[in-house]
Formats: sequence, structure tokens, C-alpha cells
Amino acid sequence: MALLEIDDLAIGFQTEAGLLRAVDGVSLRLEKGRTLGLVGESGCGKSVTASSILRLVPSPPGKYLGGQIRFNGVDILALPASELPKIRGKDIAMIFQDPMTSLNPVFTIEKQLGEVLALRFGLDKHAARARSVEMLGTVGIPEPEQRIGAYPHELSGGMKQRVMIAMALMCEPQLLIADEPTTALDVTVQAQVLNLIRALQQRMGAAVLFITHDMGVVAEMCDEVAVMYAGRIVEQGNVFAIFKDAQHPYTKGLLRSLPRKGGAKKAELPTIEGVVPSLLNPPAHCRFADRCWKRKRLPETDQKRCFSEDPKLRPAGESFAACHFPVGGEQL
Amino acid sequence: MSAGAPLLVVEDLKKYYPVRGGVFAAKVGDVHAVEGVTFTVAAGETLGLVGESGCGKSTLGRTIMRLEEPTSGRVLFEGKDVAYASKTELFQIRRDIQAIFQDPYSSLNPRMTVGEIVREPLEVHGMGTKAEQIEKVRALLETVGLTGEMLDRYPHEFSGGQRQRVGVARALALDPKLVIADEPVSALDVSVRSQILNLMVRLQKERNLAYIFISHDLSVVEHISDSIAIMYLGRIVEIGPADEVFANPSHPYTRVLIGAIPVADPTRKRSSEPLPGEAPSPISPPPGCPFHPRCSFAIDACRAAVPPLEPAPTNAGGARPHLAACIRKHEI
Repeated sequence: MALLEIDDLAIGFQTEAGLLRAVDGVSLRLEKGRTLGLVGESGCGKSVTASSILRLVPSPPGKYLGGQIRFNGVDILALPASELPKIRGKDIAMIFQDPMTSLNPVFTIEKQLGEVLALRFGLDKHAARARSVEMLGTVGIPEPEQRIGAYPHELSGGMKQRVMIAMALMCEPQLLIADEPTTALDVTVQAQVLNLIRALQQRMGAAVLFITHDMGVVAEMCDEVAVMYAGRIVEQGNVFAIFKDAQHPYTKGLLRSLPRKGGAKKAELPTIEGVVPSLLNPPAHCRFADRCWKRKRLPETDQKRCFSEDPKLRPAGESFAACHFPVGGEQL
Repeated sequence: MSAGAPLLVVEDLKKYYPVRGGVFAAKVGDVHAVEGVTFTVAAGETLGLVGESGCGKSTLGRTIMRLEEPTSGRVLFEGKDVAYASKTELFQIRRDIQAIFQDPYSSLNPRMTVGEIVREPLEVHGMGTKAEQIEKVRALLETVGLTGEMLDRYPHEFSGGQRQRVGVARALALDPKLVIADEPVSALDVSVRSQILNLMVRLQKERNLAYIFISHDLSVVEHISDSIAIMYLGRIVEIGPADEVFANPSHPYTRVLIGAIPVADPTRKRSSEPLPGEAPSPISPPPGCPFHPRCSFAIDACRAAVPPLEPAPTNAGGARPHLAACIRKHEI
């Protein structure tokens, strides 16, 4: 049994225009101590998938349409709401993209960290303070004894993100969900924060679900990668396999569209033409078919299949891809 | 690089913002946002301006366009001083210098149609009759990869990438010679980012445009820039041909910055240790080299005086010299 098992998860949002299926049949496995990168572009459903693990998707307008999320074998979606606080912040902690808005502006850092410790370990004020100071030091905040009395607005973005990480890790979670934790940070601060997450993960043996759109961060942090497109996982596999020989044309296209180090200056970058299909009324066939470079190279009869059948995730090369005609060794 | 005088000359430009405090809001200090910056840009060339949040790169861009009044220094555009230009002169100069902004969601007026947005500069500058203007807008939209029929639509009907195309079309309406692009692709998804970069490169070749490309993303800057300037705490610490700066970074900060970028290749790990600490406040910058408190090569002499920009050890002495502001550049 894996630590986290997601099976055929579907989440919709009721909008004026109808039901938007933001996550549409996502399955994932995450083992203890491993890091899984959930990658994709805006609106692909990666953040909704991540928040659903803690049942943080606001309802309404959000709605669980089906599937299971099992954590240590317990179906989270079936738990009564009263049981949720036992999981949130204890067994599973989450770090969000925007440290500016995820701390409460009217309380000091001490108060916010202390509250977590009181709830989780029943520590009194003094013990909580000592533990908080220690943890702030661990995440690299200078002069933690002074900084602990600060309000969030007195700290820089990088410092706030460290406080969030301290808060998440103080609980010694088994699973850490990091939703774009470094996107709002500068590169040198990002490097510090990534090192920190990795060091603490190794020390505590936690599993990490890392949501990002940055392929560089994925390559650096993750053991496994799942690529999402239009509410579905289109490719999943070992990080080395995916970066070496991506089998889904979308993954391949994404990786090729990055400017390469030492690449020809101002040379035309490969692009993915077209736009993501509407999730209000997604096509019943492959959702990437419209934009697919590989499909365009196929004989007419094969192309028909792309426009009629919905591909399922199946072994392709060294990974799994939801594609009727995986890339193989073909180049873009 | 074209012969003759450069298109834009920036000389010892400074921009300070007063900091007020106390009962009578007396001036208690200055934010040294831009601290003596000098560089040139030739026609048809791209200068990449790189640095982290708060280094002054956006203020520098805004001061060149005189959206901010410079504190001192000169900005010469085709020999005319932008900083001391009268209102009528400035009106002329602004035709030739246009801007593209980061956020395609907030930089377009939601109450105006795309046609009106792109036509507005033509109207303000009284270029031709209304019919001619509309014809030109149609052509511009097609140039940037949109269609003429989109004229009557509103920004909210467009995706992020399409909006940024509208921003590019608006910037081109007056046939400028220099476009200052402040983080033009930072808010865009990877696949869309490469489309906008391709568009900018194509337009540069077709129209001999010069760009000042402001970004924190080094891989994008490396791809698009001929020259590159690295800023830290209001100063340029290194400047030179882009390939040169990337191949032989001569300032310790440049090295750290290049080393901090996660590489989209799991077989290669980040090369350097992350930078300790955070950038000092531009209100009270440290004496001497602004980088010395965080620099692993710093010696006593680094605290004594601000190091001048001097030829880097590998400077080949071409039309674009490679300069670095570090007294130990020959030793590191």
C-alpha cells in the first residue's frame, strides 16, 4: 500500500456556463519518502488535485464527482468533516505559492506557530516558543528570537515562505504538499528554499507532492513526474525517463519549448500551437489531438483514431503515456 | 551592430525615492533605487537587464521612458536628452520608445475593445484618419498573430498569450525604435512563452527594433539578448555580450545567479551553493561593494570603496566590452 493513492478522481466546478470538469479521472501513487512532481500549465487541474487531498476545494462551487483519495488506506473523501482537522497539518501539511496571503496578517509569527504546536502536540506557551525558535533557526531565519515577535508584513517574501515551511514541518507530517512553493521567489531565494525542503525531507522521511510548472525545478527535486493536461494525467514516469524520452507529444513539446542553455541565439523556439480545450465540454477523444504535432504526421486513417478514441494511460517507452501513438524516438 | 552613434545612451543615471518619517513627515533618507547606471543600446539590438526583486531594474526601465523623473544623470535617445526634454519633445520621443508590461491581465483596459486599445496611440499622436488607423490596427493584429476580426472583442475574451500579443501590437502601433519590455513573458505558461519570444525576435528582425528586455529569468534572457547587464542593489555589477557573460561570468553575483537556475535536466545538478542571506535594504546600502556582505570572496578592500566597472579578465575588447565591478575579478 502506497502512502497516498488517488484513484479516478473527478472534481467539477459549477459555473454559470455549466459544470467545469477541472479534474477528470486522475490516478496517482506516492510512496513514503519519495517526491512526485505534478506538472502542467495554468488551468490543467494540478492545484485542484493537490487541494482536494486536504479537502480544501471550496464547495460550492466545487464538487467531488467521483474517485477515491486514500491516505494510509483511509479514504479521505469519505471522512466526516469532524475528522479532517486530525489529518490537516498533522499527517499532511501544505505549503502554498503565495506566502504573502497564507499567513494571518494580524498575528505575530510566534502566535501562528504556537497555535499549531498547541493543537498538534499540546505544548504550553513556553515550550511552543522554544520549539518555534528552534524551527525558525532550522529553516534559516537569522536571529529567530527576535524575528518570532514579528508580524508577517515585517518579513520579506523569502522569509515568509520559510515561516510557512517551518509551520508545515513542525508537525512532522508524513506527506508534504508543496503547491508552487518557489514561484513567487527570486532564483537565489528559490535555491535556498529548494535545498531546505530537500534537507528536511531527507531528515524526516516525508513524502512530497510537488506542484509546479517549472521543468527545471521538477528535474532538480522529483523522483517521479506526472504531467497533467486539461484535467487529465497524460504522462507519468521516472524523472530521468521523462526528461530523456518523453512519450506523450505534449510532454515532449513542453520540454522542447524551453530555451536551452547554449542554444542558438534568437533561434525559433518550438511552440505548441492552439489552445487548451474548454473543460465545460471537453472532447470525447484525445484532448490534445487538436494541437498535436505528432498527430499531424500520421496517415489519415491513424489520425481518425486520435479524433474518435479517448486514450488511456498505458506503458510507452520507459514511462506511461495516454496516447494512441506515443512519441518513441521521434523528434519534434 | 550598426555603425555610428548608439540609439540609446544612459549615463550615470540615478533615481532616489525619499523616505519620510516622524511627525512632520520629514525626509529621513532615500531609497537608492538606481545608483549611477551607464550603458548603451544600439539599433536592432537586445539588452537583457537581469536582477532580482528590488534591484532597480524596473525603475531603471521606467526612468528611461521618463515615467519616473530621474534624480540625476542623462538619458540620450538619438542624441536628445529624454531626462530634460520639454513636454512637446517628450511627446515626440515617446513615439520612438514604447513599452510592453508583465501582466497582460492588468495592462489592458477591460472597458476598451482590442481595436480601441491598439488604436489609442495612433489617435493620441494624430496618425492619419480614423479609417487609416483602423486599417493599421488590423494589419498590426495580423502581424502579431491575431486576426482582424478580433478588433471588436474585449480583453477578457482572450487568453494570457493572446493578451500579450495585443500588448505587443499596441507597443508597435507607432513604429517605435526601442521597446522596453518589463518581464513580458513571466506571467505566461511555458508553451505560450516560447510563442511570444518567437514573435518578439521576428519583429526585431523585420523592423530593426531595439529591446531592453527586463527579466529575472536568465534562460529567457540568454536566448533573446545580444548584451546583458546584471543589476544588484541599483547598480550594474556586470555587463557585456550575452555569450561572454554566460561563458565567463566575472562578478561573484553573476556566478551565483547563473548557478542558482534549476536546469531542466535531472542528470545535472545545480552547480553552486545557494547564496546566504538576503539583499540589503536600498535605503541604507552597505559601504563599498554592494554585494560584499553576501560574497564568499569579500576582503577588507571590498568594504572600502565601490568597485568601478572595468574590463573583465576575458574581455576581448570588441564593440561591446565585457565589464565587471569586482576588485577580485582576476582572482576568482
